Amino acid sequence: MLGMINLGRGQQGLIILLSLWALLYALPNILPNSALVWMQKMPSWFPQQAVSLGLDLRGGAHLLLAVQTEAVLNDALDTMVDDVRRRLRDAKIKYTDLRQASGTVSVIITESGQMEKAQQALADLRQEFNVISEDRRISLSFRKESALTRRQQALEQSIEIVRRRIDETGTREPTIQRQGDDRIMVQLPGVDDPSTFKRLLGQTAKLTFRLVDDTANPNDLAMGRAPAGFEALPDVEREGGYHAVNRRVMLGGDQLTSAAVSYQQGAPVVAFAFDSLGAKKFGEVTRNNVGKQFAIVLDNKVISAPVIREPILGGSGVISGNFTAESANELAILLRAGALPAPIQVIEERTVGPGLGADSVEAGRLSALAGLVLVLALMLGRYKLFGLFANIALLINIAMIFALLSVLGASLTLPGIAGIVLIIGTAVDANVLIFERIREEIRNGRTVFAALDAGYSNALSAVIDANVTNLIASVLLFALGSGPIKGFGITLSIGTLTSMFTAIMVTRLLVVWWVKATKPKQLFV
Amino acid sequence: MTQTQPSVSTSSGVPNIDFVKQRYWAFVITALLLIASMASVAVQGLNLGIDFKGGILLEVRSPSTVDISAWREKLGGLGLGEIQLQEFGDMSDQASDISLRIQRQEGDDATQMQAVEKVRAALADQSLIEWRRTEVVGPTVGRELFMAGITATVLALLGIAAYVAVRFEWQFGVAALLATLHDVLVTVGLFSVLQLDFNLTAVAAVLTLAGYSINDTVVVFDRLRENLRKTKQPHLPTLINLTVNQTLSRTLMTSGTTLIVMIPLAIFGGDTLLNFSVAIIWGILIGTYSSIYVAASLLLYMPPLRRVAGEDIQKDN
Repeated sequence: MLGMINLGRGQQGLIILLSLWALLYALPNILPNSALVWMQKMPSWFPQQAVSLGLDLRGGAHLLLAVQTEAVLNDALDTMVDDVRRRLRDAKIKYTDLRQASGTVSVIITESGQMEKAQQALADLRQEFNVISEDRRISLSFRKESALTRRQQALEQSIEIVRRRIDETGTREPTIQRQGDDRIMVQLPGVDDPSTFKRLLGQTAKLTFRLVDDTANPNDLAMGRAPAGFEALPDVEREGGYHAVNRRVMLGGDQLTSAAVSYQQGAPVVAFAFDSLGAKKFGEVTRNNVGKQFAIVLDNKVISAPVIREPILGGSGVISGNFTAESANELAILLRAGALPAPIQVIEERTVGPGLGADSVEAGRLSALAGLVLVLALMLGRYKLFGLFANIALLINIAMIFALLSVLGASLTLPGIAGIVLIIGTAVDANVLIFERIREEIRNGRTVFAALDAGYSNALSAVIDANVTNLIASVLLFALGSGPIKGFGITLSIGTLTSMFTAIMVTRLLVVWWVKATKPKQLFV
Repeated sequence: MTQTQPSVSTSSGVPNIDFVKQRYWAFVITALLLIASMASVAVQGLNLGIDFKGGILLEVRSPSTVDISAWREKLGGLGLGEIQLQEFGDMSDQASDISLRIQRQEGDDATQMQAVEKVRAALADQSLIEWRRTEVVGPTVGRELFMAGITATVLALLGIAAYVAVRFEWQFGVAALLATLHDVLVTVGLFSVLQLDFNLTAVAAVLTLAGYSINDTVVVFDRLRENLRKTKQPHLPTLINLTVNQTLSRTLMTSGTTLIVMIPLAIFGGDTLLNFSVAIIWGILIGTYSSIYVAASLLLYMPPLRRVAGEDIQKDN
C-alpha cells in the first residue's frame, strides 16, 4: 500500500486521542449551566469551564492608565536640593544659585578654593547621581540605572495602590496588569459606568495636615503670593478662595490607620484615626496652636480648614466638607488605600454595557452557525463522501480551537468570534487543495490508490506554504496589542495551526479507514 | 511515482483559459483600481476612527424615541465642539439606538475623560437610558495605535515576501509582494471611497486579507514550481496558463467557502464587524482576481528563474 494512505497504529491512536481531547474540552461550551455543575464534581483533569468571554462580550470597562513616573524623579530632585543645601551648610561652604532645572540639580560654589571640600561633602551621592564639576559649578543628575529603578518602583507601587483602591470598591474579579514601562491596564467586568473608578484612580490622594496663617491678605493669596514659608492653596468649597498654608507638613496621610464615612448632624463626614506616633504629634501640635486654623490638604487643594478649638489628644478626628455620601465614601477609600507615588492619567477607556455584550454574543453565534452550515453544505455538495470527511474534520477543528482557548486561558472576544468564522471558511482550504488534486490525478488516469496518494503528497507543500503565510499575518495581529484585536489574532493563529492538523491528519485517517473497509475501485470525489 | 510532462490542457475538466494573453486587460484594470484608490486617499483621505484620531464614541439605547434635535441642543451647550448624533440599527420597535461621536478635545488625555463625564452628566436626566458602549481614546494612545497598525502591516508584507522568497525564488517573493501590496492598497482604497471608519478592526481586516491573498498566490506559485521542475524546456507563458488553470477550481472553491462565511457575518455580525466583513469580502474578491490575473503574470517581467529549472526559461509569447 502507498505511503500517504497508510497510517501506523501509533499515528491513528494519536489522531483519535487528540480529537477526543478536543471534543471533551470543548464540551463545556455547548452544555447548559446545570451540566457544568455536574462536571465540576469530576476529577480535576476533567474540563470544567467554558471559554471565558472578553469584556466586549460579557460587558465591562477597560481602562488604560499612564503613570507619570517622571514626577517621581522630579520630587526626588526637589528633595535633593534640600539635601545639597544641608550638606553644604554643614560643611560651611559658601554657595549661590542652588536650583533644580530640567532633571539636574546645580549649584555654584562661591570660592573656588572650596571646590574640593564641596565635592567631598557630596561624594556619597555618587551612588545614585552623576556628579559633574565644571569650573565652580557642580551639577547632579540621576544615573540611568537609578532613574530606571525609581521609575519601576513607582510603577509597582502604583499598581499596588490601584489594586487596593479597586478592591476597596468591592468590584468582583478585576484584572490589574502592568503594561510596558509606565502603563497599567485595568479590566472591570460588569462595570458599565466607570466614572467613579476614573475619579478614584485619577487622584494622587496625597493628604497632608498643615497649619494656616489666617492673617494673610486674601487679595495677595488670590494672586498666588503668600508669606515666606507658606503657599497659597485653593479652597475646594469656596470658588476663588485661598488659604496661606504652611509649607511644612504637620502630618501626612501615610500616618492614618483608618478612614470611614460617618455622619455628623445628618451630613456625611470622613472619620479618621492616626497611628500612635501620628496621634502623639497631632496632640502636640494642636495643643500649641489652639485658636489657630489648620488645613487638610488633598492634592494641593484645601478640602477643610477648621479652627483648633482645643487640643486633639485622642488621635482621631473627622474631615467635614461639602461632601455627598458618595464623595465622602470616595475620599475614605482613597485615604484607606493610600497615596499614589506619581500622578496617573486615564488615557483610554473602552466600556461595553452588558446588554450590548449579550447582543454581540448572540450576533456572533448566529453568524458563526450560519457560516458553518453554508460551508458544510458546500463541501458536501462538491465532494460528496470526501466532503463529509472534511466536514467532520472541520467540526473537530472548531472543537480544538475552543479547547485550546480554554486550556490557554485566553478569552473570547467579538473579533475573536470573527476569527473563528473566518477559520471556518479557510480551514477547509487544505482539504479543497487535496481533493482537487485527487480529482486531477484521477482525470490523469491514475488508479484510486495512486490518485489518493498523489493527492495527499503533492498538495502537502502547498498546504504548508499557504498556512505559514496565513500564520505570519495572524501572529502580527498580536503586535496590534489592544484587547479585542488580540483576541482575533489568537483565534486566527490557533485555528490556522489546528486546521493543518485536522484537515490533513483527521481526513486522512477517515480516508484510510474508508479505503480499508470498502476497497473502492472508483472514486467520486 | 511516474513523472510525465504535464499534460497541457488535454485532460478533460481542466479549463483552458489564456490568462497570460488577458494580462494586458488585467493590468489596465489593476492600474485603474490603484489610481482610483490612491486618488481617493489623496483627495478625500481616510475616515480615521477614534482608535487612531483620538476622540469619543458613545452608544446609548433609549426605551422611547429620542428627540435628536433636543439632545443636540443640550449637548451643543457643553462646548465640546462638533458632536455627531446618529440614530442607527433596528428602528422597528420603540427603543432607539443613538451613537454620539465627539471629536478629540484640545488638550491632554485627561481632557478627553472630562468631556465624556460631561456628556454622561448632561444625559443623566434621560430616564432609563442604557449606556451600551463608551470608547475614549486619548491622543497618546491614538498615536501609538496608528504606529502599531502601520508597523504590523509593513512587517506582515515583508515577512510574507521573505518567506515566499526563501521557499521559492526571489522573483516569486517580489511578485507575491506586489500582488499583495495591490490588494492591500485597493482595500484601503475601498475604505476611502466609501468613507468607512478606518480603525483597528479595519487594520486587522487588511492584515487578514494580506495573509489570505498571499495564500492564494502561494498555491499558484507552488504548482508553477512543480510544473517548472517537471518540464524539460519550459515555456513560461504556457506554464503559467497551465498552472493557473489547474489551480483555478481550488482558488474559486476556497474563495467561495470564505465568502459564504463572511456574508452572514456582514448581515448578522452587528455594526462592529460590518466594516470588517465588508473589507474581507472585498479583499477576497480582489485577492482572487490578483492571484489569477496579476501575480503569476508579473513573473514574465522579471529576470529568468534559474534555480528551479536549472536553465533559462523562455519568456516570449
